Amino acid sequence: MPSTTLAALHPGETATIVSIHAEEALHQRLLALGFRSGKHIEMIRKASFSGPLQVRIGTTDVMLRRSEAAKIMVCQGASGT
Amino acid sequence: MKRVALLGMPNTGKSTLFNRMTGGAARVGNWPGITVELLSGKILLGGDMVEIIDLPGIYDLHGFSDDEQVVRHFLHDNVPDLALVILNTTQIERQMSLLLQLKQLDMNIVVLLNMSDEAKKFGISVNVAKMSALLEMPIFLISAKYGRGYPEALQAITKALRYPTPGMAEQLRSQLEQDQHIETEMARVLKHTVQVPVRLSDNLTEKLDRVMLHPWLGLPIFFAVMYLVFQGIFMFGQPLQTGIAGLFTWLRETALVPALGGLPQVLQGLLLDGIYNGVATVAAFIPIIILFFLFMAMVEDSGYLSRAAFLMDALMARLGLDGRGFVMLLMGFGCNVPALMGTRVMRSRAMRLLTMLVIPFSLCSARLQVFIFFTAALFSPKAAPIVVFSLYLFSFVAAILTALIFKHQFKNNEPFVLELPPYRFPTLRQMVLRGWLEVRHFLRRATKFIVAGVILVWLLTHLPLSAAPASADTLAGMIGGFFQPVFAPVGINEQLTIALIFGFIAKEIVIGALAVIYGLSGDALSGAIGQQLDWVQAYSFMLFTLLYTPCLATVATLQSESKLLKFTALSLAWSLALAWLVSFAFYQGARALGY
Repeated sequence: MPSTTLAALHPGETATIVSIHAEEALHQRLLALGFRSGKHIEMIRKASFSGPLQVRIGTTDVMLRRSEAAKIMVCQGASGT
Repeated sequence: MKRVALLGMPNTGKSTLFNRMTGGAARVGNWPGITVELLSGKILLGGDMVEIIDLPGIYDLHGFSDDEQVVRHFLHDNVPDLALVILNTTQIERQMSLLLQLKQLDMNIVVLLNMSDEAKKFGISVNVAKMSALLEMPIFLISAKYGRGYPEALQAITKALRYPTPGMAEQLRSQLEQDQHIETEMARVLKHTVQVPVRLSDNLTEKLDRVMLHPWLGLPIFFAVMYLVFQGIFMFGQPLQTGIAGLFTWLRETALVPALGGLPQVLQGLLLDGIYNGVATVAAFIPIIILFFLFMAMVEDSGYLSRAAFLMDALMARLGLDGRGFVMLLMGFGCNVPALMGTRVMRSRAMRLLTMLVIPFSLCSARLQVFIFFTAALFSPKAAPIVVFSLYLFSFVAAILTALIFKHQFKNNEPFVLELPPYRFPTLRQMVLRGWLEVRHFLRRATKFIVAGVILVWLLTHLPLSAAPASADTLAGMIGGFFQPVFAPVGINEQLTIALIFGFIAKEIVIGALAVIYGLSGDALSGAIGQQLDWVQAYSFMLFTLLYTPCLATVATLQSESKLLKFTALSLAWSLALAWLVSFAFYQGARALGY
């Protein structure tokens, strides 16, 4: 199964979170918003001019910058929980 | 008095619930252990007065954000008799973690599952009785916005307040460390009590976002929305502002002038031109602030403000700001004061301060009046629009430059991860309450400061009594004379320097002040100024007026919102320095080129 970062997903693609390599403050915030390994995540859209990303996790839509999304490893095509 | 603290994540409708409970009778206050002010309100519950405190929305009890620290310190130093925990039912799957963290603190807790109306629409069902039993806490489904389930919840709160207040665990931190089992506990409770459809059906938000956040259409739509909001606020606001000013003048002429006629001239001047005008200055801001927050409540509560952040982030991130700051900066072009107050939506203090440093450079409608007068007096009708447009450009450049220079001093450490809530219709009640609360806040904080400033400038321009008002022999004239070596190199003469001292109060009175200084008004005044100055001097004066301190109300708001004398001083000093440097560069440059 190919493993990439969240930032590399295209709009409309879904993946499963493998791991989060963020500093503590970001990690906490991501956890609180429902980012956990094994969770399904969908890329909704990417803003123009290298702007932020909109992703859907569970019942929440979240926007985050590409630099932050690059710290989240995901795996495409696998079925998560 | 018993204390009830409202706790919950952002976007759970916590403030809506707070407003419903207190009915707008809230006030801001200081609390031991924390530096920010919190909204609180006193209400009668079961025969006793109870204080309700609205704590900032947090994601995590042991997070690192400013708000998370505030909540931690508050709970540590002011143990509430009851913690009212509000969860967004549509996101209960992840919000439960905060509840479980709070449960570990051994507090009296009542849980409200808010937005039950939305949850029902999404097909999310919660077995409240079972969840209540599993968690051993009273739990209620409510809709804070429409009031459903609210009376029952209020009864439970009243009942819970009869229990003795548990002592807060001494080692808050060590309690918080035991987080590992929260995940398993969360999974257990959710599995037995909550059913969420595999895929949420919120077609409206999806469809709207497809247009509003469209790669090409998104930005034009954003600017169109901003333009409409801006026009809405200031189209309705300006007549109201003029109306209030007219009312104050009328009251002055028909009632106060005759009533005070017997008093000595000086005392009359001090009472009417000092104190009364100060009060009138404050009052003139009321309609603008109310309208601003009426419209802002719409933009914010509908969910569009987070979309604006999404659209503008690519540019604003480079300036150390975010898209919400850009919205406030744009609104500053109408009036800086409500725009500064509006920065409260930014939860990172560093980013908020940086935005507040930038906003005063927005060319507000009061400054525009001065520019229109001067361009009409000194430029041809054909050149005038270009001159005014160039000042708008300078305004933007000054804002961007300020952000670039200071972004390292005000470095934002909070991760930029924001929720995009579904689009919602705000209720009229929410909007009106917001406007009302903000005006009260402004009046309480800024009135004294502004009135004192107006009196001070009156004294400066009228003392010593032997001198003609605002002439070179008054204190203001002497200050103008004293600073002439500073202002001469930027082409600003003594009369204009006195006008700048007036302009410190409000740009609206600059033209009026010039009329007093020159002893002329209307066309005669613009004729005299057109004779005395050339266009280089006039443009230099306009640049200075654009960049230096916008008005006393802005300074008062900077201080009341930042609570940092150092920050207010920095903003004052930086804008004065920038104003002088830019005017100097322009004036000397133009002269060197032979103009």
